[in-house]
Amino acid sequence: MSLVNFTTREITCKIVYYGPGRSGKTTNLQYIFGRVPESRRGRMVSLATHGDRTLFFDFLPLDLGSISGFTTRFQLYTVPGQSYYNATRKLVLQGADGVVFVADSQARRFDDNIESLQNLQENLLEQGVDVRQLPVVLQYNKQDLPSDLVLSSDALDEALNFRAVQSFGADALHGSGVFETLKGISESVLRRLAAGAPA
Amino acid sequence: MNTKLHPGLRFEEFVIGSGNRLAATAARAVGESPGAVYNPLFIYASPGLGKTHLLSAIGHSSLAINPGLAVAYLTLDDFVEAFHAAITAGQGDAYRRRYSELGLLLLDDVQALARRREMQTELLRVVDAMQVSGGQIVLASDRPPSDIESLDDRLLRRFGGGLVVDVGAPDYETRVAILRRKADARGLDLAPGVLEAAAEIPLDNVRELLGALNRLSAAESAAGRPLSVAEARAELAGIADLVASRSGATVESAAGRGAEGDVAPAETDEFNDFLQEIASTVTQQVESWRSRVAEAVLRWSGEGFRTTRLEKLLDNGAVPQDPDGALAAFATDVSRLQQIAQDLERVAPDLAGDHALRDPDRVEAAAALLERAREGLEPPSPPSPHWLLDDLLESPTNRVAVRAARAVAAEPGSRYNPLLISAASGNGKTHVLHGVGNALAAAGLTVACVGAHDFVEELIAAIEQDAVPRWRARWRRADALLIDDVHLLADKERSQEELFLLFNEFHDHGRQMVFTTGVPLAELSGMAPRLLTRFEGGLVVELPLPDRDLRQRVAERHLSARLDQVDPELPGIIGSRPAESFRAALGTVQRVLQAAEAKGVTPSAALAREVLDGASSGGGRRTVQPRTSGVTPLVTGGIRSREKMVWEWPDVPARLIEEWR
Repeated sequence: MSLVNFTTREITCKIVYYGPGRSGKTTNLQYIFGRVPESRRGRMVSLATHGDRTLFFDFLPLDLGSISGFTTRFQLYTVPGQSYYNATRKLVLQGADGVVFVADSQARRFDDNIESLQNLQENLLEQGVDVRQLPVVLQYNKQDLPSDLVLSSDALDEALNFRAVQSFGADALHGSGVFETLKGISESVLRRLAAGAPA
Repeated sequence: MNTKLHPGLRFEEFVIGSGNRLAATAARAVGESPGAVYNPLFIYASPGLGKTHLLSAIGHSSLAINPGLAVAYLTLDDFVEAFHAAITAGQGDAYRRRYSELGLLLLDDVQALARRREMQTELLRVVDAMQVSGGQIVLASDRPPSDIESLDDRLLRRFGGGLVVDVGAPDYETRVAILRRKADARGLDLAPGVLEAAAEIPLDNVRELLGALNRLSAAESAAGRPLSVAEARAELAGIADLVASRSGATVESAAGRGAEGDVAPAETDEFNDFLQEIASTVTQQVESWRSRVAEAVLRWSGEGFRTTRLEKLLDNGAVPQDPDGALAAFATDVSRLQQIAQDLERVAPDLAGDHALRDPDRVEAAAALLERAREGLEPPSPPSPHWLLDDLLESPTNRVAVRAARAVAAEPGSRYNPLLISAASGNGKTHVLHGVGNALAAAGLTVACVGAHDFVEELIAAIEQDAVPRWRARWRRADALLIDDVHLLADKERSQEELFLLFNEFHDHGRQMVFTTGVPLAELSGMAPRLLTRFEGGLVVELPLPDRDLRQRVAERHLSARLDQVDPELPGIIGSRPAESFRAALGTVQRVLQAAEAKGVTPSAALAREVLDGASSGGGRRTVQPRTSGVTPLVTGGIRSREKMVWEWPDVPARLIEEWR
């Protein structure tokens, strides 16, 4: 996917929220949706099951307007977290410019996080993308839960962040860390242009 | 209008903890003196934290103080419904008037105002009217005003002008207090520590807390005995899990967000912050092409290349179509130039300083320059393949010359250098020259073999094209320099000078040179002494007039090549005729053959006598005057013989050009 198109004066970033089921990916998008003025956002497409689980994916287009003469658009996607929707995850992952891995901070979800992170790497590899080359940030969601239920950001960094990417503690439901995460991934995606990625 | 207050929701039943202290205090103050303090009071909290309780308690409290007060409690939906009913009944004004007469309006669930512009306008009127009349308004919502989608700015300002306060989730102590109070109210007798175990579940919703209590109560009834702490925990495990897995409600953030806040952050702040940061990153990235181009300009200009093209990109205010493409194209052009310069350095060092090699906008010109240089470097014309040393007929008179030629061919550069063959025209000096040339070429040497006339012509062309250095380089590429008829260089000073330079170069490098001259050196005028002495420094041999034996053998060879059967007397007769050169002798053979053909007879000794006796002297005279061999080797390998176009002598105009210049 062409990130910065000097010819059409467009910048398009596709950012995918990845992570285990119920880690709060859709909640991230909903929070963002709620904070973006109507004029700036497209319709949020969300296909959910009865239990409010993401069945297919969520899609939130953001129009950041004209920046330095470039029409800048962000497309935020989530993948369904449940393991049996891997085909959908692969589909959504295609052409991603950056990935936010939303981990569930709860200690009991530890293994799910690891499994999902491995699944992310596998799926990227299958598409010929080296996870080391793709901008990725980690979000440790649900940090607001009582400390005896969740692992601290440091502990999660220790366990999940072996590539030392940016990581953010978050409480997506109430929004803390949501925009910080989005900023983090957006900037690392945008910076990657300068690092010589073909435009 | 529904003004009913829930009878059980009073301040007495409201458990105050750290999360709700501010809200409860504000509510009490409002209840005690409606319209005097925080007006309007805006309370927001997650569901189940007691907003409705506070609204109701304010109503009870103010009614207790002033039973005559007009108090109305209604949800926003009620408010909307009543409004619609009034409008439908054509009583909109009466509806509005009723509110302006209220002493206390308690409006619940105002988050439903989101995107309802009409109702927002209506509420604004009510708020304004009540504030004018001194009535108190208390509103409750599950989110701060700023988070209510598309809320009218004027309403936001009205709310902000009063007090916006949130109700935080109960902390552990508050939860224990709530549970104890409810357990007491219900007469539950729980084992010590059980309520505390329940309170440990971070339920941030009082209704759920009461649900947990209900569950314990039911379990205890079922068991018929008080539950132990462990049993209570087991009973509540499901709830605890639910809480844990809910991506959720938070004690800290809810408390942190509103505890001190009068005015919640403006609705789009987070997005605007984000937008601004992204904009600056995008700008940096988009504009980073400038620094990349500037770096490239510095780099390439530092290496001596013209960077006009890149500088234009920078001067032009707008973002170029494809700055990276332009940079890549520039780099490609530079590397092409570097390659061209490298090649040119090899083939024509004198051209390596050409400006085109430093200007990436002139790559094509540089390539053309190299192309021209390469063309100029094709070695000068090779010897004509028709003349071979082996074909030379050796006789006692020409033996010295022929053997010298063979020695030179066998050991170029070391035996006789230069070899100068002096002979009158038609005596085979060109044959010897080309024969040596072919022998050297066969040995793998690059042989430059030209007539002096062509040597001069090429030099003139090089001067015209300002390409003398390349012309020189071209000659220098040869391993052997063979020039026919050097006497034609007489009075051509520039040509002599160039030959002098070449001579030195070839001599110094031990490369063979062979020259022929149609005029004996001693008689040669108009020739620089430095050249003459150099010619003499090698071996000067003469090719004498062919003797009778040689003439006869030439005739024999020529006739046997043309005829199946040769009259044995015929070569002898031809050889006996005096000839001033080989070519004259061959001319004699030719005349006999032509005569025989004309008469339709086989050439014979008798015919030869008949022909030659009549015309022997005429054929020979022609060859007296020319001072050159008159043979010009063509590039195609053919020979243009002067004998065949005797009077088209091209040398005169050539001289004229040289002198004129």
